[in-house]
Amino acid sequence: MSSSIAKLGAQRIALGIMLLLAVSVLIFAGTQILPGDVAQAILGQSATPESLANLREQLGLNQPAYVRYFHWLGGVLTGDLGTSMTSGQGISSAIKGRLWNTLFLAFWAATVAVPLAIILGLIAVRYRNGWVDKLISGLALASTSFPEFFIGYVLVYFFAVKWQIFPGISTVYDGMPFLERMQAIAMPVTALTLVVLAHMMRMTRAAILNVMQSAYVETAELKGLSAFAVIRRHAFPNAIAPIINVVMLNLAYLIVGVVVVEVIFVYPGMGQYLVDHVTKRDVPVVQAVGLIFAAVYISLNIIADIAAIVANPRLRHPK
Amino acid sequence: MTNEIHRLGQQVVSGILSRRDFLGRAAALGLSAPFANSLLSNAARAAQPVKGGTLKAGLQGGAATDTLDTAHFSTSVDITFGRAWGEQLVQIDPKGGLQPALAEEWGSSKDAKVWTFKIRKGVHFHDGKEMTPADVLATMERHSDKNSKSGALGIMQGIDKIAVDGQNVVFTLKDPNADLPFLMDDYHLIIQPNGGKDNPAAGIGTGPYKVTTNEPGVRLGGEKFAGYWRDDRGFADQVEVIVINDATARMSALQSGQVHIVNFVQPKLVDLIKRVPGMTIRNVSGRGHYVFVARCKTAPFDNNDLRLALKFAIDRDEMLDKVLRGYGTVGNDFPINAAYPLFTEVEQRKYDPDKAKFHYKKSGHDGPVLLRTSDVAFPGAVDAAQLFQQSAAKAGIQLEIKREPGDGYWSEVWQKQPFCASYWGGRPTQDQMYSVGYYSKADWNESQFVNDKFDKMLFQARAELDPEKRKKIYADMGTIVNQEGGTIVPMFNQFIDATGAKVEGWIDDPNYELSGYYALSRCWIAG
Repeated sequence: MSSSIAKLGAQRIALGIMLLLAVSVLIFAGTQILPGDVAQAILGQSATPESLANLREQLGLNQPAYVRYFHWLGGVLTGDLGTSMTSGQGISSAIKGRLWNTLFLAFWAATVAVPLAIILGLIAVRYRNGWVDKLISGLALASTSFPEFFIGYVLVYFFAVKWQIFPGISTVYDGMPFLERMQAIAMPVTALTLVVLAHMMRMTRAAILNVMQSAYVETAELKGLSAFAVIRRHAFPNAIAPIINVVMLNLAYLIVGVVVVEVIFVYPGMGQYLVDHVTKRDVPVVQAVGLIFAAVYISLNIIADIAAIVANPRLRHPK
Repeated sequence: MTNEIHRLGQQVVSGILSRRDFLGRAAALGLSAPFANSLLSNAARAAQPVKGGTLKAGLQGGAATDTLDTAHFSTSVDITFGRAWGEQLVQIDPKGGLQPALAEEWGSSKDAKVWTFKIRKGVHFHDGKEMTPADVLATMERHSDKNSKSGALGIMQGIDKIAVDGQNVVFTLKDPNADLPFLMDDYHLIIQPNGGKDNPAAGIGTGPYKVTTNEPGVRLGGEKFAGYWRDDRGFADQVEVIVINDATARMSALQSGQVHIVNFVQPKLVDLIKRVPGMTIRNVSGRGHYVFVARCKTAPFDNNDLRLALKFAIDRDEMLDKVLRGYGTVGNDFPINAAYPLFTEVEQRKYDPDKAKFHYKKSGHDGPVLLRTSDVAFPGAVDAAQLFQQSAAKAGIQLEIKREPGDGYWSEVWQKQPFCASYWGGRPTQDQMYSVGYYSKADWNESQFVNDKFDKMLFQARAELDPEKRKKIYADMGTIVNQEGGTIVPMFNQFIDATGAKVEGWIDDPNYELSGYYALSRCWIAG
């Protein structure tokens, strides 16, 4: 059994790497289609034909596109993401801190949101169609329906301005004491939790309810198990694959989709970094960030796939 | 009213307002003389600088792409922090005069072609090295090098030769320039060890604060430099700039006390903020102005009657009222206002649909006129364009508005399209303002304004050392731009900043926002 899991897992990972390569081609091609090139963007209005030619030579832009692509890819594989046009600094070192900040925020948001969503989902199923279920679903839906900036501003208004419990801006820095850092991210974590909660909660509820229709659940009920025991022992384990799927989707969102929350809470993460460089048309940075985001997305999906295979023996034996 | 009195009191203490004037204004506000006197002594006591603490500013205008290289300074964040860690040769004071900084005194030859600056002795850089005339020379060389990407390159172009002579630095100019010392206040021209040639982004200067933190787009921090040479600047132990580009986040950070100073307060929020206890709005009329620019050499705007028609068709009062909520003054189609030392009035042009109709007819143009605008052209530029459209419609001129995306506006629309919205931060002197924006060969001559007589007068005024004669020349130049220019100046905006409860020592400085960008070193946290 374990060998088939390993085999399927290896297949998924290989597939993921191929996908990532395809994405890298797309990202590279996309930035080539843009009018003008990096040299023109660097020199701007003051560009003269000679200086353009010199800079192109210097940046290796005279080589054909596929050579430059492999050069770039080679750099990425060895951890060299290139040089930022605007600051002239290495991108890898600049991104490291930002990526760490984003992962830190995503980690804590996930730590709060995932268990909360699953527990709320379970409770909703236990009391399905009762007022508890309706209350939970209603509140979760409401929090998801509000745009992120609205949730952010409401939180800031009450928790930072009115009651002054948490800081309204979440500037974190290296060497910040852990407790202070946790305090600083309290509000963005809350905002993110509210944003992703409903999706995961409703998916949990729907998946378990789906299983609850099965004959074996009826059997379990008939043999006199309590409602929670039925859900916990018979329904939940069989609903875990779709739940993991939606959890992974939301985790990916927590990393690649938090631009608005980062801007509102002034959090120095990847989203803010990307926005700053897009505005200045710093193509190498945009490429690097795009690739990192794609890698995050693809790896989380692979994890979801493998977890589903582990959880569901039927997937290991394709018909 | 208490706010107003408080402010006047601070002005007396900082020497901007005389004691007699203060009592007069207090009486006008209905206060008895003894009461006003006691208020004044309170103000004087409160004005005793308090040392210590961390002064934090939450500022708009920073990005991950920022650097400490003074040559690339362009945003409020770079410049404000730069003025905390570095200094120039001179400083323009709130009244528009020049104060010595790293240069003790200066003077010129009779023809204003050779300028000598005596460099102060005993001033040290943060790395412990003493600042010398050689460092000043190297700094000027770095910023005037033809291949330099320095933002100061434009103003350095008139300099032919720079040399060190003992404790002096001597500038020899290509053409006479009576205003040269004013150029030395430019925020790019921070004096650095060996001019910053070795490491442009090292952030080492002679200012009151040593750079300790540099996280571009996030946070900049400095601690008090123990060897700082003057004692009227730099009261806090630490200063910090936090980049907060979101307007709402900025205001909430101020309200919750996370920062003490913010910039770019939107006019529509001012009344709300005034109601919050402890917060002070710091608004000051400067030289910044908002403009609609028609390119004089591009059809149909190559016709002066059409330009005049548009100038008469704009309702400046309404625009000031609705777009700036009164936080500004009306413009008069030339870029100079009373904040300039040598300003003279030109008869105010008023909204006049009949005259607009007359000139429009005379221009022979018919059909719509296309005006391009964008949110980034200036705050409220889209609303302003719509108001313009309505007032012009009453004069029978059909104005078509095209809203352009903010991304790429300055590279694709500005200086490319024939008629668009734009803004200017102003310059310390009329000479600089006209030289960068209206001289026929200027890089930023956005209105393609070419007038030989005007150019000649510009050079004539530059070489003239007698202020009265210069004033006369500038008045005539203003009239020419007003009558024939392609720039419509509906309004001068104010800089609107805000400070939290305990911030004292603020000086209203019309030169730039944030107390002339000196807020971090001028202010302290009281009690």
